[in-house]
Amino acid sequence: MLIDFFLEVRRAKVPASLREFLDLLEALRNRLAFADMEEFYYLSRLCLVKDERHFDKFDRAFKAYFEGIENLDDLMEQLIPDDWLRAEFEKHLSEEDKAKIDSLGGLEELIETFKKRMEEQNERHAGGNKWIGTGGTSPFGANGYNPEGFRIGQKNGRHGRAVKVWEKRAFKDLDDSLTLGIRNVKVALRRLRKFARQGAADQLDMDDTIRSTARNAGYLDLKMVPERHNAVKVLIFFDVGGSMDPHIRVCEELFSAARLEFKHMEYFYFHNFIYESVWTNNIRRMNEATSTWDILHKYSPDYKVIFVGDATMAPYEISHPGGSIEHWNEESGATWFQRVHDHFRKVVWLNPLPESYWGTGGSLGMTRQLVNDQMYPLTIEGLEGAMRQLSK
Amino acid sequence: MKFTGTEKYVATDDLQMAVNAAISLQRPLLIKGEPGTGKTLLAEEMAAALGMKLIPWHIKSTTKAQQGLYEYDAVSRLRDSQLGDEKVNDIRNYIVKGKLWEAFEADEQVVLLIDEIDKADIEFPNDLLLELDRMEFFVYETQEFVKARQRPIVVITSNNEKELPDAFLRRCFFHYISFPDHDTMQDIVDVHFPGLQQEIVRDALEVFFDVRKVPGLKKKPSTSELIDWLKLLMADELSAKLLQEKDSSTALPPLYGALVKNEQDVHLLQKLAFMARRRG
Repeated sequence: MLIDFFLEVRRAKVPASLREFLDLLEALRNRLAFADMEEFYYLSRLCLVKDERHFDKFDRAFKAYFEGIENLDDLMEQLIPDDWLRAEFEKHLSEEDKAKIDSLGGLEELIETFKKRMEEQNERHAGGNKWIGTGGTSPFGANGYNPEGFRIGQKNGRHGRAVKVWEKRAFKDLDDSLTLGIRNVKVALRRLRKFARQGAADQLDMDDTIRSTARNAGYLDLKMVPERHNAVKVLIFFDVGGSMDPHIRVCEELFSAARLEFKHMEYFYFHNFIYESVWTNNIRRMNEATSTWDILHKYSPDYKVIFVGDATMAPYEISHPGGSIEHWNEESGATWFQRVHDHFRKVVWLNPLPESYWGTGGSLGMTRQLVNDQMYPLTIEGLEGAMRQLSK
Repeated sequence: MKFTGTEKYVATDDLQMAVNAAISLQRPLLIKGEPGTGKTLLAEEMAAALGMKLIPWHIKSTTKAQQGLYEYDAVSRLRDSQLGDEKVNDIRNYIVKGKLWEAFEADEQVVLLIDEIDKADIEFPNDLLLELDRMEFFVYETQEFVKARQRPIVVITSNNEKELPDAFLRRCFFHYISFPDHDTMQDIVDVHFPGLQQEIVRDALEVFFDVRKVPGLKKKPSTSELIDWLKLLMADELSAKLLQEKDSSTALPPLYGALVKNEQDVHLLQKLAFMARRRG
């Protein structure tokens, strides 16, 4: 029951686990939702979705599944064979027939008899009193029935149906594969926290003081520790100019968030790909370049390295010496990138282009290969993936 | 001694193999898998199935490997010394046994669960290498050597938040609980909620036909709501294959089986079908 629904939700990349699914069933067992799709929508969302980022995906999955159900051949057609319901039989069933059915007793027999009857007659067989009495009685059973009196409620047809809650997609904006704001970026970057105590010991360490005082047979022995702070060290290389221009805003956001989040953050610019030099001031780039060798020597391997760029260029800009479009490079971009990659333990590449554009060929494919497939889209989701990789 | 799952736990074949191998070769079993696939539960059910005691050790970010062995409670000793308590002369009184010690010293073989090992510091697994391998350790304060009487069956779970060191991995059997497929999920649901579907379907029908009142129900469902609801509950059974078979004689019994338990249900269902047909 509902397994296909659950799998559909997961296919939409809502990270719901089996336990949450069992919670939903438990809730249904307690009749928290009952014969009401809207209730069921709220309940299933409550059980399966644990973050507002996923609401929109959930809504889409719910819609897809619900439409699938609506398009199922009419359930009733499947349940009850046509002839059972034919009015002529309904009307003409006598008390005897009803008694006969009761005498058949039990569901098992009922179904068995029904199946036998179906086998016995391959063509429709109107009239005989042997036939189909089994089912016919029940539809009007004890309540007594009037053919005209049964129109209860108005049919809520598939066509005139009001917009369902899940069709409104009110949570579109929270979907993390779309937007990126400074706050969001900061939250994502916060994953990359590693608290450490470095520097002068200027805080009293209560636990250690008590412990050592105790060990010292009661003579006070004060212990101090340095203050805790985020000890992660980050190097960011930004691709600037050219094809990166449309992505300026998102890069700015990333930059300002990273600036606030990391105590040790250094940043450099490059154009299209990394070669023998990078620079920190985009205006004076020609005269104030920093040698890439210097960077490798200056920063220790435990710096986390983030490249930000669209990695979109001519393949020879990566693969060939002299491939750079701005200057003559003695060694290929790939060689330089490999050096950086070998020196630092953790390197990721953030790409402002949507993941679906990446592909495996061209400069993008080459870059992905160089970075060991640690390329992430510049979305909240991608950023979180990158930070998780960096902090592993 | 063979583990084949329990009444409440559906173990797939590969999982059974992993568990049985770990038991007979006496290696720790490292279990990874998506959240909610029953990693922790496995140890509990193993213990229940094998009739052993379970000793769970839940790891937190602050847990140290040493705490699993023992801790020296110096603070209590300090307090006792100032109160002049006799206990203070024997350091043994201030050695608090950890979960590993507890498992080592049990008279009968136990299942030791080290839960969410990846929560701890990155060095944590390395600090336990020897202890898990040889099942022994040394207590410095008392110069005492603790060795397992019976090697406990060790189950370790990880949520993959941190990579585990190679040396540690080499000493374990590893099993990844993959997300269950459709059939396994059906088994799991059946184990946890037997007959739930029929119950709900019958309730829906009974409420609809005023056979019974369900407390707390805001309003009686309309016919179309009820039919939508039944479709939702039944969609799994109304598989494409079934729908293709236009021959109702084969389609009918399985649907009945899913929907109804007794003759009264059949009546209700037929009534509903009839109404739906009349309106359509």
